[in-house]
Amino acid sequence: MNFDDTPQEAAYRAEVRAWLDANKPREFEDELRQSTFGMIGLKSVDPMIAAKAWQKKKFDDGWAVLHWPKAYGGREATPIQRVIWQQEEGPYAALSQMFSIGHNMCGPTLMAWASEAEKARRLPPLASGEEIWCQLFSEPAGGSDLAGLRTRAEPDGNGGWLINGQKIWTSGAHNSQWGLLFARTDPTVAKHKGLTMFFVDMRTPGIEVRPIKQANGQSNFNEVHFTDVAVPDSQRLGAVGQGWQVSMTTLMNERLSMGSKMSVGFAELFELCRTLEIDGRPALENPAVRARLAHFATLASGLKNISMRGISAISKGQTPGPENSVGKLVGASAMQEIALYALDLEGEAGVISDPALAPIKGRFQTMLLRTPAARVEGGTDEILRNIVAERVLGLPADIRVDKDVPFNQIPTRPPSR
Amino acid sequence: MDFDFSDEQKQLRETARRFLAERCPMEAVRKVLDGEAAYDAGLWRALGEMGFLGAAIPEAHGGLGAGYLELCVIAEEMGRSLAPVPMASSIYLAAEFLKAAGSEAQKATWLPKLASGEAVGAFALAEGPGRISASRIKAGVSGGKLTGTKLPVADGHVADVAVVATKGANGALSLYLVELDGPGVERELLESIDPTQGQARLTFQGAAAEPLGAAGQGSQIIAEVYDRAAVLLAFEQIGGAERALEMGRDYALERMAFGRQIGSFQAIKHMLADMYVSLALARANAYYAAWALAAGAPQLKIAAPMARVSATTAFQHCAKNNIQAHGGMGFTWAFDCHLYYRRSNGLAAVLGSLSTWQDLLISRMAELNDLGAAA
Repeated sequence: MNFDDTPQEAAYRAEVRAWLDANKPREFEDELRQSTFGMIGLKSVDPMIAAKAWQKKKFDDGWAVLHWPKAYGGREATPIQRVIWQQEEGPYAALSQMFSIGHNMCGPTLMAWASEAEKARRLPPLASGEEIWCQLFSEPAGGSDLAGLRTRAEPDGNGGWLINGQKIWTSGAHNSQWGLLFARTDPTVAKHKGLTMFFVDMRTPGIEVRPIKQANGQSNFNEVHFTDVAVPDSQRLGAVGQGWQVSMTTLMNERLSMGSKMSVGFAELFELCRTLEIDGRPALENPAVRARLAHFATLASGLKNISMRGISAISKGQTPGPENSVGKLVGASAMQEIALYALDLEGEAGVISDPALAPIKGRFQTMLLRTPAARVEGGTDEILRNIVAERVLGLPADIRVDKDVPFNQIPTRPPSR
Repeated sequence: MDFDFSDEQKQLRETARRFLAERCPMEAVRKVLDGEAAYDAGLWRALGEMGFLGAAIPEAHGGLGAGYLELCVIAEEMGRSLAPVPMASSIYLAAEFLKAAGSEAQKATWLPKLASGEAVGAFALAEGPGRISASRIKAGVSGGKLTGTKLPVADGHVADVAVVATKGANGALSLYLVELDGPGVERELLESIDPTQGQARLTFQGAAAEPLGAAGQGSQIIAEVYDRAAVLLAFEQIGGAERALEMGRDYALERMAFGRQIGSFQAIKHMLADMYVSLALARANAYYAAWALAAGAPQLKIAAPMARVSATTAFQHCAKNNIQAHGGMGFTWAFDCHLYYRRSNGLAAVLGSLSTWQDLLISRMAELNDLGAAA
């Protein structure tokens, strides 16, 4: 066991640091440190302009999408070099959030399934940040049960396709030029078999993006409605009916990119316990508070150490262990519990979310209202537990009563009582 | 960066696992559970011959001089197999007290015997229920003679020598080394929740005692040794937790109800998934603490209580839910589930209970202004 860089890793880190020192937009650093939950903490400038400028600068010097092939604007970096970059980029990584679905999910899917001509045309502007992509998968009737989606793609009679239906929870659709679209081409066969993947120009007539006002009052996600949207057959990925297989490429890349850097807010809670008082003494001295803090500490520290072990395995050319699948499951709940506990400690004033009045600029109140989504997005707690149970522990898959039934015969209403 | 055990250490783990599978089957554990033996003396000497007991004891004192990482992987296997031997008392505590504070003569006398398994050591601190503090220790030494009662003392009924914490001048603790087969020592095996690691009452009435370490330094020495023992015990705990999880998983695959494997019900799947999660967190925290221990790094101050809290929680969680996964069969004497349940709660107590270590973790974070890996 040894936590130092190898000489090669140290040399790479020095190279990264030198480039960042010469190029990073220092004027935004303090604001970017306030970034949280997919919201860029920038107020002094339009986040979109700042993000695109930073991405373009990285692209020009070959630092845009480290793990991509050079031909498409990447650097062909090893996984450990990518980790070193993330560690060094620090708060500036928040500027890349709006590109991350494109870089980590849509891009790799195109690489695996698109024609050479389409890859050459679409990937470089995605790498440089000139074009933003979104992922049009989830639907009102297909969330955890993704293969239950109902958006139809039907032949338009001229070799192309017409899309009708609705997507939901689409992050960044309002900023996107392109989307990866998962649709049903045959409702008469079993649900996984009648699906096909496309990519679609979000500026096509018939596409309407409506922001969703979330339970926490913000709008980070959208509904996307499709009415007779024409998509050429050249924008189909994989064969007709092969969509489920294509979607696995996308989702595997999603899991690889998630969870490693999640902060659960332990440091903020600890700080709160230093300043708040219970019976005239700092809350930190109270035994009941200490017991809760110690529990949260083991979660925060366990997540960090699991992630470090994963990085270590990668650096040795090994595959990270199955424990890396628990990050989002543990992290999302821990955040919610920490927020609940912080408000409890704040007492009657815990209800106040005004950043000018609430401790740590209302961070815990923001967390409280946002964390219900953290336990749902990117795989619900229940789906993630199923994944651990089935893929790590080898327990049987859930019984699926709709598996071999033609899609159009699957019940959509509860039985009458 | 290399956050893993070396290939040699992993090989040692395999060797220890095979050795214990052969020499420490559940029948051997049950002999001690049923009171047919005080501990598995044959296994104990065999562990000594394999060099497992002396892994972290210097060669000059009869050990292998390998190191703490080696002892950690052995500890994990000891926990997994529920080995009914005084490993924690003799090796993680008595030997570490001698290494930390013993005179050359004391080390030369006792360490080779502890390393070979010829002698068993113990640590006597508590004097009844309640959280331990220096002010509650009444045992004392006067003119080289120890008087007082210690309860519970893990493995006190089978130990040859004990490190005993006593009240010194100004209320500070002083440590003494006491041979337990001499005059003025009475010992009594007590009923406990985990008879596979027996607990005793030691009554001293003028027993011969020689100082271990400087007078009044007891609390500091205990803190130092407890950090090391906490890491080693964390490995025993994750070894036990992993086995409890496997037992629950295996039973869920085997047991049919309502025409299905019970492991196909989400209620069971999710419970087992949560057991895996607590184990994964505990293992990661224990590995970090193992590094800090082996490297002599200052991070041990935070990493040791972190590993202890995490591993105690995980083993208790996995052991109790293993019974739940087994249903009624899990509550029979014949099934082994209760042995892990007993051990998980026994190990939770031996070094000071969960709340004690939670308290210590947060005090140290506050004092050192360092959140460790939780930052």
